[in-house]
Amino acid sequence: MMEVPSTATALGLILCHDCKRLNDARNLGAHGLCVRCGSRLHARKPESLARTWALTLTACLLYVPANVLPVMTVLMTGRSEADTILSGVKALLIGGMWPLALLVFFASITVPVLKLLVLIFLLLSVQMKSHWRPRERTVLYRLTETIGRWSMIDIFVIAILVALVQVGALATITAGPGAVAFGGVVVSTMLAAISFDPRLIWDAMEKPHEVD
Amino acid sequence: MSPLTNKTPLPDAGGGTLLQEQAHSLLACPDCDLVFPLPCLSPGEKARCGRCGAVLMEPKSHGFDYSIALALTSLLLFVLSNTFPLLKLQIAGREQIGAIMTGVHALYDQGFWEIAFLVLLVTIIAPLFRIISVLYVLLPLWFGRRLVGAAHIFRWMEILRPWAMSEVFMLGILVAMVKLGDLATIQPGVALYSFAGLILFMAATDASLDDGAIWVRLEDGA
Repeated sequence: MMEVPSTATALGLILCHDCKRLNDARNLGAHGLCVRCGSRLHARKPESLARTWALTLTACLLYVPANVLPVMTVLMTGRSEADTILSGVKALLIGGMWPLALLVFFASITVPVLKLLVLIFLLLSVQMKSHWRPRERTVLYRLTETIGRWSMIDIFVIAILVALVQVGALATITAGPGAVAFGGVVVSTMLAAISFDPRLIWDAMEKPHEVD
Repeated sequence: MSPLTNKTPLPDAGGGTLLQEQAHSLLACPDCDLVFPLPCLSPGEKARCGRCGAVLMEPKSHGFDYSIALALTSLLLFVLSNTFPLLKLQIAGREQIGAIMTGVHALYDQGFWEIAFLVLLVTIIAPLFRIISVLYVLLPLWFGRRLVGAAHIFRWMEILRPWAMSEVFMLGILVAMVKLGDLATIQPGVALYSFAGLILFMAATDASLDDGAIWVRLEDGA
């Protein structure tokens, strides 16, 4: 028989998401607010799976226009050229800036894809009540949560280029619709990671295996 | 640091009489919900969850004054970074000056208000709110007082943590400078140096904050 670990839930306690104070679940006020910081208390993040799925799928959908549509248009001496995320990386590579090309490729392409795959994997593993390597899955979650913000690099590059290169017909850079979609991917994957509750991974460990 | 185990006997939950008082001497892992008796740590030590490896407690060796000094420096650097030009671009005898707000303006003018707002939020609003929150919460605590809404403000500071992206922006500046390198002459402005300082001081402020101790002080009514 597996020993049942003493979790906050098993002890009738609720951990505040924001200030990490333990509250007595049976002695909550009318509004169920944390006695210390006033944040609304939930034993687990509310509707965690549904919200994370919705945000992850939104990000998946936005990923297509983010990579297909131009993120910016460079107008130079009458010639206009549309840049996508990938062609921006290619331009850096051709210019011989391969360390920077690698960095942008990692931040703008590898990170969002990996994040989406990891989120889908975590969601499925929780729904299948998987018992597989819970500690590694938790570490994977923490990594996903920390790394996501670095995908914003491309949005910032666009903001800076658009600010600087405004020399009329000689050289003008404008943002493109792909940038909106790409920003949407970054924001929705970040929100998805925030709404996922890693404790669900551990909750499944306390129940017998259902799916094999 | 050795991971915590929850082998130590915990208050009996069987009778369902766990009191709010007892909750004070316990600690739960935010990532896996396991409960531990509150460890006794010296500054610089770290308590990790024995089951999932999450950092549970990390008391800091410096006092609030240390964090306040770092936050004040960050605030000064923030003001400098947003008043002076970040980069100067020279192309065909014309000079263009760019700052963070110039980028936000340009994006807004081109009809991309969504990105304009996003950039404004993650490079100006969130970092500034976080710096001011540290001062709003810690300065009065240092004098043994607590201002109205301090707990709420501190809570929002934690919520906004992932959305303050100054260091990511710095990397964006680097990439933009390289991209423009063969198109025009780029000169770093005063704000670029203060911005580099800003990300260092903001990281140092974050690292110096003793969240656990601050929350305890906020609860005890300072």
